[in-house]
Amino acid sequence: MHGARKDIISELKKSILRLQGFKPLAEEKTMFNGLDAIERAFPNSVFPTGAMHEFLSTEPENAAATGGFIAGLLQTLMLQDGTCLWISQSRVVFPPALKAFGIEPDHVIFIDVNRERDVLWVMEEALKCKGLAAVVGELREINFTQSRRLQLVVEKSGVTGFILRKDANKLSTTACTARWKISPLASVSEEGLPGLGFPRWNVELLKVRNGNTGQWKVQWSAGAFSPVSEVISEIVIEDVQLQTG
Amino acid sequence: MPGRFVCIWFCHLTTDWQVLRRPDLKNIPFVFAAPDHGRLLITSSSPPALLQGLYPGMAVADAKAVIPGLEVIDEVHGRAEKLLKGLAEWCIRYTPVISMHLPDSLILDASGCTHLFGGEQAYVDEIIRRLAQMGYTVKAGMANTIGAAWAVSHFSTNTTIVKTSDLSRALVPLPAAALRLEQTALQRLQKLGLRTIGSFITMPRSALRRRFGQHLLLRLDQALGNEDENLEPVKLPEPYHERLPSMEAIRTATGIEIAIQQLLQKACDRLRKENKGLRKALLRCYRVDGKRIEVGIGTNRPSSSVTHLFKLFELKIPTIEPALGIELFTLDLPKVEEMPLVQEMMWGKDSGLNDPEIAELLDRLAGKVGPETIRRYLPVEHHWPERSIRVVSSLKDKSAIEWRTDKQRPIQLLPKPATIEVTAPIPDYPPMMFRYQGKLHTIRKADGPERIEREWWMDHGEHRDYYQVEDEEGKRYWLFRSGHYTGDQGQQWFIHGFFA
Repeated sequence: MHGARKDIISELKKSILRLQGFKPLAEEKTMFNGLDAIERAFPNSVFPTGAMHEFLSTEPENAAATGGFIAGLLQTLMLQDGTCLWISQSRVVFPPALKAFGIEPDHVIFIDVNRERDVLWVMEEALKCKGLAAVVGELREINFTQSRRLQLVVEKSGVTGFILRKDANKLSTTACTARWKISPLASVSEEGLPGLGFPRWNVELLKVRNGNTGQWKVQWSAGAFSPVSEVISEIVIEDVQLQTG
Repeated sequence: MPGRFVCIWFCHLTTDWQVLRRPDLKNIPFVFAAPDHGRLLITSSSPPALLQGLYPGMAVADAKAVIPGLEVIDEVHGRAEKLLKGLAEWCIRYTPVISMHLPDSLILDASGCTHLFGGEQAYVDEIIRRLAQMGYTVKAGMANTIGAAWAVSHFSTNTTIVKTSDLSRALVPLPAAALRLEQTALQRLQKLGLRTIGSFITMPRSALRRRFGQHLLLRLDQALGNEDENLEPVKLPEPYHERLPSMEAIRTATGIEIAIQQLLQKACDRLRKENKGLRKALLRCYRVDGKRIEVGIGTNRPSSSVTHLFKLFELKIPTIEPALGIELFTLDLPKVEEMPLVQEMMWGKDSGLNDPEIAELLDRLAGKVGPETIRRYLPVEHHWPERSIRVVSSLKDKSAIEWRTDKQRPIQLLPKPATIEVTAPIPDYPPMMFRYQGKLHTIRKADGPERIEREWWMDHGEHRDYYQVEDEEGKRYWLFRSGHYTGDQGQQWFIHGFFA
């Protein structure tokens, strides 16, 4: 009796989510390799693609970590010759670094505008274009009405939108599907080799619509994400000993 | 009414053009030469060279014997034709029917055009004057037939306008070459002593045909008007121009929108018939008070879609100030290109950068924020980090080289490297601590050094030794030391970027 009720409730939940636009994948496979734990936090256990994602960062180092994480996500979104638009007010992203994350940097079109409101206008126009794989916009802040407009646009067009908020001090509610915060973590080099290891981040999901929040450690190695568990290696980093390669 | 023809003879077509390009050649003898059977032969000479006896057809070696310092310029094949065509298109203002008569004459059909210029003499004088202003020496002649006009322009001493009744009388004193005969016929006439046209114009026709062939009779009849000679008029490309006048002056934005829609509809219909697309369009609005407003749009790919082009104009409508009203709209298309056929687009790759939707999106963005904001980067063969990429503005450019994957580069690069303070560096080792923007970072791990030498052929300065460092919080930076380690505290260390 209870089992039947549970089934009915989960079926109802699935159909409501489908009406809201969260489409389940055909197989039980996750979209991004290595992000299984994170994807399970989302409704239907799938990373929402036709949606707006918001990333908070206060310092340029966090902004760099966010840029790297987004580049890793873009690799899967831009498979098969996809194109991405990167909109900002000042050019800081260095295109050759994107190649390390598996993207062809000449498939990314950079738009450097002068004013903040032009960034929003360009983002809205770009999200309406179905031919794009993703749109990334660097903003200082965004309020509820603006984010709701963008969310409505992506629901119709199916393009994934990423907003990098550089001034995360003024936080307000937004209509985005998910709010992330990425910060860099100390990397661990394998087998005691000197020098830096693969880039490693602390990924926090602060807000998810119809999902669970959480915090995970993820690293980018061998061209894909891989989850990091707490205790893996025996290497102890000593404070005094400097190792260079 | 018999037609009236004007023949304009450019006495020194290519050399006048060359003097326009290089004013220092104005009074100097120079020649154009082209290779023929292993030698260089003169094809045309400037007036001072002609005075010295250097005629076309002479060998350049002989010409250089006459004038040792002669300037010889290589002739480009087809240049004279192109020049003549350009001049023919310029002469459209005098008559709609113009024909080129190689090597260096133009025939204008001036029937019915001369009264607009104040008479035949004024008409011909005006043409000569304007061409002389442009730098070309010309001689002109006007007659009822093309043959006669050609003869009169080439062989009379000054401009002659032959009246209808005077046709044969005008031809009589001219030499036989004025009839455009072949060399053999001319030589034979010369041998027989028939120097002027008048000497054989009265001879019986059968005798002329027997001696000199049918061609001479044909030319004679054409000159006298007994045979018709046809002109092949130069075809001028019709400019893409649409006009929309309105009875009342239009003052509202809706009115302007409707006008633009109608003009675009007509223009795109014509483009679609010719399988072309526009790249640039210019809308001109003529106001009641005499002012003219111009609005231009551009596209990345040739387009003949009314909706897309209207959206591009829509962004600019707020800048049009109608004031008292606009009474005439015109649409000009200065740049038009061939449009790839629809079938081609179906088979070709339409995804990624070739997607027409993306091109249209970029057109809209360019219209609003300016085309210089849209950038794509391609790798170049420079190892200096700031110069390792170049900006391209089109979607089609591909790079010849691949992006480098061997060296790690930071995801964010500062526009200019910022100075940092470091503590106690050891030669070839990264610093133990550094201070940037007031914060102290202790370095736990580092990779490097990667020495990047300055490209001495491009600029001067010290080389850089780059280190990838990670501090105690896990933040990763790209630092470099400028120059060699010298052991003193005055060493310059910089931060250049942030790693992911």
